[in-house]
This record gives sequence, C-alpha cells and structure tokens, in this order.
Amino acid sequence: MRTLPRRFVPRSLLLRNLLGVLAGLVVVVLVLETTSPFRNSQLATMSYYAIAAAGLTVLTGLNGQISLGHGALMAVGAYTTALLLEGDAVPFSLAMLVAAAVTALVGILVGAAASRLHGPYLAGATLALAVGVPGLAIYFDGLLGGEQGLSVRSPRPPDWFADAHYFVTAGDLSSAKYLAYIGWLTLLLVILLLANLMASRFGRVWRAVRDDEVAAELAGLRLGRLRVLAFVVSAACAGLAGAVLAMVVRLAAPSGFTIVLSLSLLTAVVVGGLGSIAGALLGSALLVFLPPAVTNLGTGAGLTGVQAAQLAPLVYGVVLVVVMLLAPGGAMGLLRRFWRRGINQGGSR
Amino acid sequence: MQQFVNFTLGGLSQGAIYAAFALALVLIWRATRIINFAQGAMAMFTTYLALTLIESGLSYWAGFAAALAGGLVLGALVERVVMRPVEGGPELNAVIVTLGLFVAFQALAAILFGATFQSFPAPFGLRGFTVGEMTIAFTPFSVFVIASVVVVMLALTALFRFTDLGLRMRASAFSQEVSRLLGVRVGRMLTLGWALAAVVGSLAGLLIAGGNLVHPAYMDAVIVYGFVAAVLGGLESPGGAVAGGLIIGLALSYVSGYLGSELVTLAALAILVAVLLVRPRGLFSRVAARRV
Repeated sequence: MRTLPRRFVPRSLLLRNLLGVLAGLVVVVLVLETTSPFRNSQLATMSYYAIAAAGLTVLTGLNGQISLGHGALMAVGAYTTALLLEGDAVPFSLAMLVAAAVTALVGILVGAAASRLHGPYLAGATLALAVGVPGLAIYFDGLLGGEQGLSVRSPRPPDWFADAHYFVTAGDLSSAKYLAYIGWLTLLLVILLLANLMASRFGRVWRAVRDDEVAAELAGLRLGRLRVLAFVVSAACAGLAGAVLAMVVRLAAPSGFTIVLSLSLLTAVVVGGLGSIAGALLGSALLVFLPPAVTNLGTGAGLTGVQAAQLAPLVYGVVLVVVMLLAPGGAMGLLRRFWRRGINQGGSR
Repeated sequence: MQQFVNFTLGGLSQGAIYAAFALALVLIWRATRIINFAQGAMAMFTTYLALTLIESGLSYWAGFAAALAGGLVLGALVERVVMRPVEGGPELNAVIVTLGLFVAFQALAAILFGATFQSFPAPFGLRGFTVGEMTIAFTPFSVFVIASVVVVMLALTALFRFTDLGLRMRASAFSQEVSRLLGVRVGRMLTLGWALAAVVGSLAGLLIAGGNLVHPAYMDAVIVYGFVAAVLGGLESPGGAVAGGLIIGLALSYVSGYLGSELVTLAALAILVAVLLVRPRGLFSRVAARRV
C-alpha cells in the first residue's frame, strides 16, 4: 500500500536528492543575504569544514576506516590551489578541480597503504601523516613558502555573477559573501554527489565491508579496492575543502594544518553522528560557532585571551570523550532513537 | 666520520627515550588492546607539573618524583573513569576516546601552564664528553637518559617475571575470563597496568624535556615515533618495543642529520608503512598460530 505523503515526493532517489539540494540552495541564499559580513565569513569557514567532514563521515562512518590525516589532505588541496592561483591565469573553478584531483591521487597512495591496516594501526599511520606533512612545506620552502606559507589571491566575482546577484537580491556582493557562495555551492554539490553515492551500490558494499570483512569477501567483494576507493572519494572531498579554505583564509601555511585540524574534523563527524551527512553539517556548525561562544565565556570568567582561545579545543576533547561514552551514535543517533521511540509509543497506544 | 659517530650517539639516546615511550604503549596494548594516543599528552602534562614545582624553588629531583607520581595517578584515573566503558567494545570507539583525551589534555595544559615555549632544566651537564681532542655528542645527561631507561626496563622485567603481582597482571592480559575465574581482580590489574604505563610515559616525557624547550605540543611527534617503534617491535613484546625504539632513534637521527629535520616525521611514516606492508606483525614477532 502506498502511504500518502510519498506521493508528493518523486520516487527516484536522484530527483529526491536534487530537490533537497535545491531547497538547501534557497536556504543558503536567504541566510547569506540576511546575515552580516562577519556571519558570512563564519559561514564560509563552516562550508569548508563541512565539505571535509562530509568526506570523512563517508570514510569512517560507512567504510569503518578512521583517518587522522584529513588535515594533511586539506593541506595538499590548499597548497595546490595556492600554486595554481598565483599567476592569475587559472580560473578558480579549474584550480579547485585540479586540487581535488591531486588530493585524490595522494588519496590513492595513502589509501593503498591504509587498506591493509585497521583500527589503531590505521589511526597511528594517518596520525604520522598529519604530523609529518606540514614539514614538507618547510622543507621545500622555495616552492611552498616555508613557515610563512603562500598567500592566495581570492577570486573576484565575475560580472555575470554580480549581475545575477544584484538582480535577485538588489544588494551589494561583498568579497566575503562571494566566497561564502563559492563554499556553499561546492558543499551542496558535494552533498548531492555523496548522498547519491551512499545510497548506491557503493554505499551498500562499503557498509558490508565495514560490518563484516569475511562475509563481504566471501560475497565476492574486493576489500582492498573498495577501501582505496572510499579513501579516494574522501580525499577528493578533503582536497576541495582545502581549496575553499585557501581562498577563504587567503593563506596556505603549515600552521593552518596542525593535528588539531584533523582532530577537529573527527570531532565534528563523531559528534554529529558517524556516517550521516546531516551529522557532518551539524558537527561543522559546532566547530565554527562554538569557539567564539566558549572563548567569550572564558574571557568573561577572567582568563586571558590566549587561555580562552584554548577553551574550544578543551571542549572538543571533552565532548569527544563524553559522546563516545554516552551516545556513540552522536547527535543524529540520538535523534533517530527519540524518533523511533516516539513512533513506537504512538503505535502501542 | 665524526659526524656519523655523533649522529649515532645522538640517535641512541633519543632511541632510548622512544623505547621507553613505546614500552608504555605496549604495556597498555597488551592489557587492553588499546593504543593510548593520549600517552604523549599525559606525559606532557606531568612534565609541566614537574616544571611548575621546579620553578617554585624545589629541586629537580622533587619535580621528577612528583611527575612520576602524577603519572601513576593520572594513568589510573584515566583507565578507571574514561577507558573502562569502552574496553572490549568496537576498536574505533576506544581510539576516538583516547584522541579526545589527547586534545583535552593539550588544551588544558595550555590554559593552566601557558602556551609559550619554556625551557626545562637538566640535572646533568649538556656538554659532550671529549675523546682525544674532539667533542662527541654524548653528554652526561645522555648517560642519565640511557641509565634510567635501562633501570625502568629491568624493574618492569623483574615485576613481570618474579613477583606474584606481575604474574597476575600477565594472566589478566592473557585471558581476562580465566583469570577472573581464578580469583584475579582483573579490573584492578588493568588499572595498575595503565598506571604503570603512564609512569613510564611520564619518564619519557621528562627525559625528552630535559635541557630542551617544552610547550603543550612538544610530545606530538614523539607519539608518532613511539607508535612506530612499538609497531616495529610487534606491539606485543616489550623487548621488541625497546629494539624498535633504538632502531627508530638511529634511523631518525640519520635522516635528521643528513637530509633535514623537517623530514623526520615523514621518514617515520615511511618506515611504519614499509614495516606494516612487509611484516604486519612487526619485525620481532613470532609466527602466531591461528586457531580455526
């Protein structure tokens, strides 16, 4: 029997996801237009965290591979973008694509090693990646700018975009807003692709590999290839995120890609709920909007600025531990539980 | 030639510290099948404890003892309060919890002790011995480093070999269920194991800090080196961890000396990947029988 609400939504998953993303686009435009330039730049920051977190949640949540090296992969994307945008010859969209492709290539390398490892071994190896890669930028300081890093010229809006923007909103298009648009359009595109991928055959077999290696292998799945593929998809997302980061921050420097970045991404994914893209969005919002709030509390309580700035990572760490102990499913897991309980209670009456 | 000798000597004393750190990881891995990624952050924390005491006017040795005692308490607390619920669960959950502790300890240290570089005193001289007319990179402090690591190894070996407590700890690491049936308080043994590991980790932290600068992230790279050393030794065997630590110390010293210090962590990563791809169970593991 067909339930009533179903009829209003298209049957095809692709169409459903497209509709969702279009709705998201409307929301993005509304939010970006009604908020201050400061919020715009915060939202731009959130967009690159969310792109990387969405990629990571596919890897860790769906395929069961943990990666502490996504900060390093973002660095690859950011430095690629910075190098390509240097001469003003390459349009930024092409630079972003190349950044994603280069990072995906690195992802093949890392993923090939990672596919043989599991759990703590994988965590240790990717941790080494996260700690080691920033050193490369210092070693090749002629090309990559050493400690200071490379400054990135952020792209200026083309006329047609500015015109269209004026046509729709009758407002000025600030640079921060334009960057936020780039970030969020990229994010929506990534979400669309990942959501389809998760629901496709690949999503299914990745879950099968995560849940039972032996059974998956007996069913004829190539474990190694599937794991590398998951890593490559995830790395490409991290590369895109790095590209957006480079343009938003206008800088690619080793200090921006510390181990804390990788662990923040992990926090976002875990707190939101492993394996859920909505959870990844929620977690990245937390990464952006929590630190100012906590820092304000800290300075209000009499801490110095430097000390207060460290409160945010302290909260990340504590939250990571508490979530794992009390609600390993994260926020989306909790929501789902309450939802189900609500339905069950409603049904039993 | 003199350069090579110096790199080798420097590598040996660094390697001794990595060996101690790897040993701490192995102790916990054997007991609970968890890699404690917070080990470095915990050691950093106790080192700051020592530094605070020393700066308030106490002697180096008072700070040293306080850091080790602090490690003991911290290790026991962390196991009892935070790790117990995730022991034996999905391995990813335990990894994530230790990472959370890692971030939290590092931030807490920055809040309590400040995020700037501070110099940490050394109890012995830092000028190299002179052999003939050349000065070698082997200082009285390096002697102290190697001696204290050797003492710790001997003490641990004696504990596990010759005491009743050591036997009970080994039994609960080997099979929790059987040990419990035989009346071993397994929970207490696990807590004790974590506490001991944290003491060894704190020692490594103190030894690395001696005569150097400390800041909240100074142990980050050491976690990687200690982990690579432990994996090199097979994660199971304390002897393997020590050998792994020395090998890593030497290898990294050569890389740092001949290629550049920025590449050290990547070299560690390369060694790790090579070992895991060629001999996933480590260089020193015996062939494990797999029961079907």
